[in-house]
Amino acid sequence: MSNPNNVSLNINHELSFIDGHALTIPTLSILNEEGDIYEGATAPDIDKATAIRLYETMRFIRALDERMQAAQRQGRVSFYMQCLGEEAAVTASAAALDQNDMIMAQYREQAALRYRGFSLDQFMNQMFSNEKDLGKGRQMPIHYGSRELNYMTISSPLGTQIPQATGYAYGQKVRHIDAQTGELNSTIDNITICYFGEGAASEGDFHAGLNMAAVHEAPVIFFARNNGYAISTPAEEQFKGDGIASRGVGYGIKTIRVDGADALAVYAATKKAREIVTTQGEPVLIESIAYRLGAHSTSDDPSGYRSKDEEAKHKGCPIERFRKWLLKQGWLDEAQDAKDKEAIREEILAALKRAEKVAKPALEELISDVYDTPIPSLQKQYEQLKEHILQHPDAYPTTAGRLK
Amino acid sequence: MAKMNMLHAINSALDITMAEHPNACIFGEDVGYFGGVFRATSGLQEKYGKHRVFNTPLTEQGILGFANGLAAFGAPALAEIQFADYIFPAFDQIVNESAKFRYRSGNEFNVGNLTIRTPYGGGIAGGLYHSQSPEAYFAHTPGLKLVVPRNPYQAKGLLRASIKDNNPVIFFEPKRLYRASTGEVPEEDYSIELGKAEIVQEGTDVTLLAWGAQMEIIEDAAKKAAEQGISCEVIDLRTILPWDVETIAKSVTKTGRLVVSHEAPITNGFGAEIVATIQQECFLHLESPIARVCGLDTPYPLALEKEYVPDALKVLAAIKQSVEF
Repeated sequence: MSNPNNVSLNINHELSFIDGHALTIPTLSILNEEGDIYEGATAPDIDKATAIRLYETMRFIRALDERMQAAQRQGRVSFYMQCLGEEAAVTASAAALDQNDMIMAQYREQAALRYRGFSLDQFMNQMFSNEKDLGKGRQMPIHYGSRELNYMTISSPLGTQIPQATGYAYGQKVRHIDAQTGELNSTIDNITICYFGEGAASEGDFHAGLNMAAVHEAPVIFFARNNGYAISTPAEEQFKGDGIASRGVGYGIKTIRVDGADALAVYAATKKAREIVTTQGEPVLIESIAYRLGAHSTSDDPSGYRSKDEEAKHKGCPIERFRKWLLKQGWLDEAQDAKDKEAIREEILAALKRAEKVAKPALEELISDVYDTPIPSLQKQYEQLKEHILQHPDAYPTTAGRLK
Repeated sequence: MAKMNMLHAINSALDITMAEHPNACIFGEDVGYFGGVFRATSGLQEKYGKHRVFNTPLTEQGILGFANGLAAFGAPALAEIQFADYIFPAFDQIVNESAKFRYRSGNEFNVGNLTIRTPYGGGIAGGLYHSQSPEAYFAHTPGLKLVVPRNPYQAKGLLRASIKDNNPVIFFEPKRLYRASTGEVPEEDYSIELGKAEIVQEGTDVTLLAWGAQMEIIEDAAKKAAEQGISCEVIDLRTILPWDVETIAKSVTKTGRLVVSHEAPITNGFGAEIVATIQQECFLHLESPIARVCGLDTPYPLALEKEYVPDALKVLAAIKQSVEF
């Protein structure tokens, strides 16, 4: 733009408004419910190993979700969130990235973490807040994080990860910028993907994060999971515009909408988005449309806010759709798949039982990591607490036995 | 050594940091070519490039969100909030994110590279929204460090220490002193340890405690008290979180009296925390109730600013009351 207002000046002498829904945004769809490629669609270039890893991740997460939902009902964990219906959106997008790209997720993206290699025991240790949890038992179940796997620890406040993703991505880009010209002097090796829901996109941090990413040309993929609901609030009570994708244009960000239950469409879109981001050094927005088949979390019951009729309309399973395609490719053995599913269920149950028995974190972990080293006042508070617990060991059985 | 005002001293600390770390970035509203509305970042964009010293859109929550991300990546993130009065849209990013980043991840991630600079305080006819001292809000948040310098020498050394500290630090700059306070400042690099108060003047009758711009007020009050034969021990707290209980308690044990002064409203101001702790630490040594000379519990005024502020005369009155108790 060559004017101080940074606008396109198409002078018009006739009074007219642009309609609030002037944009018609297409939805990329490649794979149909029967596992066939739509006519006119092009399947992305995905090798067998990646496709199988993608499928196995989704299969694993579905089994984990089912088991942990039940475990919550049994009172074994306090809380759980399923990914039901969004497995393809999360897993296929993660599969299209480099292992060293940073993932900044919202909370329902356990499949992306699993794709990276988070072990079953690591999942369980986090959910049982035991001493083997990487997060040292400090956050509610499903708030995973792993530096080794470049998966930023989940934070409950919604949308905070969006401008953070912009900043993280900017850090990834800085060394690729020529100080003299301000232009990219090489392809950006690693980028950031940021997941969030359509509800979180109402937060101010969404606006801040996308606008700053556009202005500062941060190499980040914003992945909006439009699953129709923010807990109980339907999308129509969340925004008036055409989904989240329409906003991308407002920020000057390249945008695509995909069928989020279509693993191939998500993979294709994310792969292409990554290419744009790494070579052009600018953000991309992907809006995935995939119905949240389950509840928001174990703390709500969807029958209280949506009808059975509505749910019945969206019962298509993204995993099944991809499985059919794999079978048609001849890449999956049906009998083996059935056996594997059974084995996974058993492994999950065994891991759950193991994690339940692991001790809670030691008392020192109450004060570690508030600062890089405990400040004097906190150290003093710790000594006082320790003294108190030693005087009343029966009241604090979790830690008293291990205190010296 | 060179004669510098506080802005030059801050600029020098930033300059050293930028030269030291090739991926350090300075960002905030108008900090780029213009060099900030107070000119603290003057000349740095020319020196280090637009990609490392840049204007952000007008979004404080965005600045801090971006800063958290950049710091988590591992780059020194030097964020400026143009006025501390405007830090509140970023409150969530600071209190829920910066402060808890390390703890919530079990030290998998941290934003120790984050330093937030923000001008605070009154005395510039700024009224409600260009005068606030919001340090107490942040002092209630474990995980943050809060630092306030009183002069150019302190500003450079404390800012360098804040940047090097591996925890998120909010560095409150007393804007009234930006140009008014000048002094000899080494051009080379140096740091002043965080978490340590400084006894600026030794005395025997009463301890006076403040930080930042309020230091010159209590030093003035101490002079006036001396004329009346009262010996004041004057202490600059320098770091509000974590604060140096030991130095203050030792001084009060000696003098038996304490007057704490800050510009922020008295109720729940950081002075309240100091008073509570010192009465616990020094109960049997106290000769009089600990006094607080602070702002009134009102928004920061404009026309009646002189009446509102805890000036030297009010501090002197408190000193006399304490000594004569």
